[in-house]
Amino acid sequence: MTTSDTQERSATNLKAEVKNLNFYYGKVQALKNITMPIAEKQVTALIGPSGCGKSTFLRCFNRMHDLYPGNRYEGEIVLHPDDTNIIARQVDPMEVRMRISMVFQKPNPFPKSIYENVAYGLRVRGMRNKQEIDGKVEEALRGAALWNEVKDRLKDLAFNLSGGQQQRLCIARALAIDPELVLFDEPTSALDPIATGSIEELVSELKEKVTILIVTHNMQQAARVSDYTAFMYMGDLIEFGETDKMFINPTDKRTEDYITGRFG
Amino acid sequence: MATPQNSKKLRSLIRRLKFNDYVFSLVGLVCMMLGVITLLALFTNLLIDGMERLNYDFFTSFPSRRAAQAGILSAWVGTTLVMLVTAIVAIPLGVAAAVYLEEYAPKNLLTAIIEINVSNLAGVPSIVYGLLALGLFVYQMDLGQSILSAGLTLALLILPIVIVATRESLRTIPREIREAAYALGASRWQVVSDHVIPYAKGGILTGVIIGLARAIGETAPIITIGALTFIAFLPPAPFSGDPPAGLFDWLQAPFTVLPIQMFNWVSRPEEAFLINAAATGVVIIVGTLAMNALAIWLRYRIRKNIKW
Repeated sequence: MTTSDTQERSATNLKAEVKNLNFYYGKVQALKNITMPIAEKQVTALIGPSGCGKSTFLRCFNRMHDLYPGNRYEGEIVLHPDDTNIIARQVDPMEVRMRISMVFQKPNPFPKSIYENVAYGLRVRGMRNKQEIDGKVEEALRGAALWNEVKDRLKDLAFNLSGGQQQRLCIARALAIDPELVLFDEPTSALDPIATGSIEELVSELKEKVTILIVTHNMQQAARVSDYTAFMYMGDLIEFGETDKMFINPTDKRTEDYITGRFG
Repeated sequence: MATPQNSKKLRSLIRRLKFNDYVFSLVGLVCMMLGVITLLALFTNLLIDGMERLNYDFFTSFPSRRAAQAGILSAWVGTTLVMLVTAIVAIPLGVAAAVYLEEYAPKNLLTAIIEINVSNLAGVPSIVYGLLALGLFVYQMDLGQSILSAGLTLALLILPIVIVATRESLRTIPREIREAAYALGASRWQVVSDHVIPYAKGGILTGVIIGLARAIGETAPIITIGALTFIAFLPPAPFSGDPPAGLFDWLQAPFTVLPIQMFNWVSRPEEAFLINAAATGVVIIVGTLAMNALAIWLRYRIRKNIKW
């Protein structure tokens, strides 16, 4: 990996640092010794061909792998400002997930009302005050650019929304809990170009408030929305740097081959 | 290359293949009709035989030595109360066991063995459950030949059905939905109680009702634990009589159920009682069909709002 822009990076604050992260599905090593920073209130994109481990890497950040037996983490993901190693065994996955929320590949709203979908994260935290929840739900829906479309039908089922609206609802659900970091796992892969455009626009707006880590297999998308890009290949982090620089002038041959479309 | 001769060959081949199709569909139709028509004929036969007794008095009279005055009051009340006990016991036990196996239990050899055994339990003859219940509930726990004993026995009998149906239903919930809930920081119990069980409700209810529909016709285990065949009084309603009965005294009451009443009448020499038996048979079948219809309707209603 390159460290060409160390000076510039140290100027921005770091939200998290990944240090020597290894991850194993049983005996299979899926991530190999990954070290990279996550800049605060910036968008970091993870790109690479299918099976390169980018989704696996993303799912380490909210300990999703803990749901399935046989998975093992090694190394550290240090979350600032309190310097908690979120993959440490003594840190409860629930604590991590309350600080770091996630938007999935396919829109996956609960079969409940629009309102209840957004409010669920708050209810999990034991919030009972209706006015407080109302306020948070509205704020989150506005943040996800969905409020104007749904404000008159908050009691409607979430399934009645279009695919793009459902994904923005899932973003609102992830925002309602005031996360420090939001993970996006190929959030537009199940959407049409217009819905994709609105989600990308939203991601760019959201970085004003929150740090974003996004997995995408669409390089144009990475170029459009991200400030930093990490290129992964077969479980290795090949190259990390500022998006503009990496796309114009990649250091590694494999990165160049991938972003010019020679494989993938 | 398609020469005219080739296409002729093709057509005769296709004709032969289509003939095979036709033959099989005919055989299949006959097989299906055999099942349906047999059931329909049986039911019609029962209906014709029992028609004259299917009136209001039949449901409100106790059994009697005179066939024309005998009714199924004690039997249908007994069946209803036994079913009530069965449902109250089997639903929480079965659902909790299924949720534990599916959501909490580690996947290892022990749980695999338990899983296989649960499915096998559904195939154990019901008389075996009857013997177990006679030893355990009636004598060991001293519950007597009561509604409570019968309800517990049938609950045991349908427990595997409820567990298997509940697990099937839990498995239809997509992984992404569970992950969405976990990703918001929910605990396992929050995921289960706020999402998994509510979304699986349709399938769970269907399983419970199909289990109850099986229990309603069970005769052997109920005879084994010693249900009466002739009973001319009802279990005490709560707070009735003098001295007043307690809230749960009916649980200890002797009882009979519909299939036993029917069995009793069938074995009587007088032909008039056969009419009563036929009428009782109609009541049992209609009850079972009604429960199955309820299951289908509930599943449709609950699934309406869920798309996956």
